[in-house]
Amino acid sequence: MSIKGMAYIAGAFEHPTRKAPDKSVAVLHAECAKGALEDAGLNVSDVDGYFCAGDAPGGVLSMVDYLGLNVRHVDGTDTGGSSYIAQVSHAAQAIAAGKCNVALITMAGRPRSEGRSGVKQKMTVANVPDTPFELPFGPTAVNEYAMAAMRHMHEYGTTSEQLAWVKVAASHHAQYNPNAMLRDVVTVEDVLTSTMIADPLHKLDCCVVSDGGGALVVVRPEIAKNLKRPLVRVMGAGEAPKGLSGGKVDLTYSGAIWSGQKAFEEAGVTPQDIKYASIYDSFTITVLMQLEDLGFCKKGEGGKFVADGNLISGVGKLPINTDGGGLNNNHPASRGGIVKVIEAVRQLRGEANPQVQVKNCDIALAHGTGGGLASRHGSATLIMERV
Amino acid sequence: MGTTFQDRTMTVPEIHPEHKEYWDAAAEGKLLIKQCDSCGEYHYYPRVLCPYCMNDKTTWKEAKGTGRIYTYSVMRRGVPYAIAFVTLDEGPRMMTNIVDCDLDKIHINQVVKVVFKQSGDQDNPGPFIPCFTPMSDE
Ligand SMILES: [Zn+2]
Repeated sequence: MSIKGMAYIAGAFEHPTRKAPDKSVAVLHAECAKGALEDAGLNVSDVDGYFCAGDAPGGVLSMVDYLGLNVRHVDGTDTGGSSYIAQVSHAAQAIAAGKCNVALITMAGRPRSEGRSGVKQKMTVANVPDTPFELPFGPTAVNEYAMAAMRHMHEYGTTSEQLAWVKVAASHHAQYNPNAMLRDVVTVEDVLTSTMIADPLHKLDCCVVSDGGGALVVVRPEIAKNLKRPLVRVMGAGEAPKGLSGGKVDLTYSGAIWSGQKAFEEAGVTPQDIKYASIYDSFTITVLMQLEDLGFCKKGEGGKFVADGNLISGVGKLPINTDGGGLNNNHPASRGGIVKVIEAVRQLRGEANPQVQVKNCDIALAHGTGGGLASRHGSATLIMERV
Repeated sequence: MGTTFQDRTMTVPEIHPEHKEYWDAAAEGKLLIKQCDSCGEYHYYPRVLCPYCMNDKTTWKEAKGTGRIYTYSVMRRGVPYAIAFVTLDEGPRMMTNIVDCDLDKIHINQVVKVVFKQSGDQDNPGPFIPCFTPMSDE
């Protein structure tokens, strides 16, 4: 069974906060839920399916109870920051199978207020099999992605200048987003002269650490058609975990090579059909590798593809992350997946910031890499269309 | 000039029962990897069941302890250190640190050999951890 056309994204909400010292994570989840339901024009009593991931305090049981939901289907899939992209697919599957009609997905967190960042060493979690053989070496978010970048540079000649263009594009988009955490336009030179964090990634190659969250409402087609919002239909999805393969380590590609192919097959479209793409941007290298793996360019040519403004809306061939992305706008709970879907929905509805709205945006893609690019990550791809 | 290697406190790993031999060998300066009795593949990190065929008979083998750097990154925040993946001569690639050298001269394909550093600190000493050091600047 395919999910193509079986569900619509009827509600999408991104919390405007980027710093929330006076709110608990649960409150942020609730505010996101309320925002997405109001956006859809639905009531909380309409919700009969609930989805959340590792950022949700207490998981599905605490959140369902806290939010006052009466649901018959729950899903707590956690693949890091890509979870929510996969959950849209899972919601569509549940709807297609008759398990629910109105699925609510929430995520929120406040790493900024809690002083967490990508240079902190990972902590031991009891019984996780890989940690004894990794944690002594000080893996962090930054140096893991940096190792992938270093290998990519070695194999394909990718340069720091090319990586910097990903940040330049994000900053160009963020200047028009009043809620973006960083709104200053930066140059390639600015990126290259920013502090080196973990070779070869500079401070400006890294995403922001922000508080906030988001929510989505995925519904059965008959319900979507009775609502007042523009229709955004799910066309196809794919997901794939990738790890270290028992020591057959290859850091030159991500799980996007599998998740992307599945999503394009199901949707019946090709990368050339995508008018707008939300591409997970935890770091600049993440974007470059995913664009290759999704088939927007050949393996090894990502550097050339992202350079010279090719990702800037109105300038280049493939506008991405027109909200400013994780690099400039928002990376709530250090998990950017839901914002990726939300900006794609805005583009398909024609509700992006006017300066970055893609003309005739009828097909869009959202893709996430959750976890560590040089250890284990979950790739999730979602393709949507405006009807 | 350059960035001189400095000792830092390495996180004490959680010891799982099936890895006692591995950590005992590490204390004697030996790096153990696992080989599958059925498919013959080496793997790392070591499992009881082979990650390639799920056969439940795997055997400890002492690695030569030499290999080449597959990739690395020098962390510039706090005490600098070099995280890396090293390709062992036996085949598997493992996460490690490159130590006892000028961190600015590390490069991909550099030939390295295993050296062991104790995790934890004086108050809480942990097992010895397989790190690698360059055999030359080449
Ligand atoms: Zn085997």
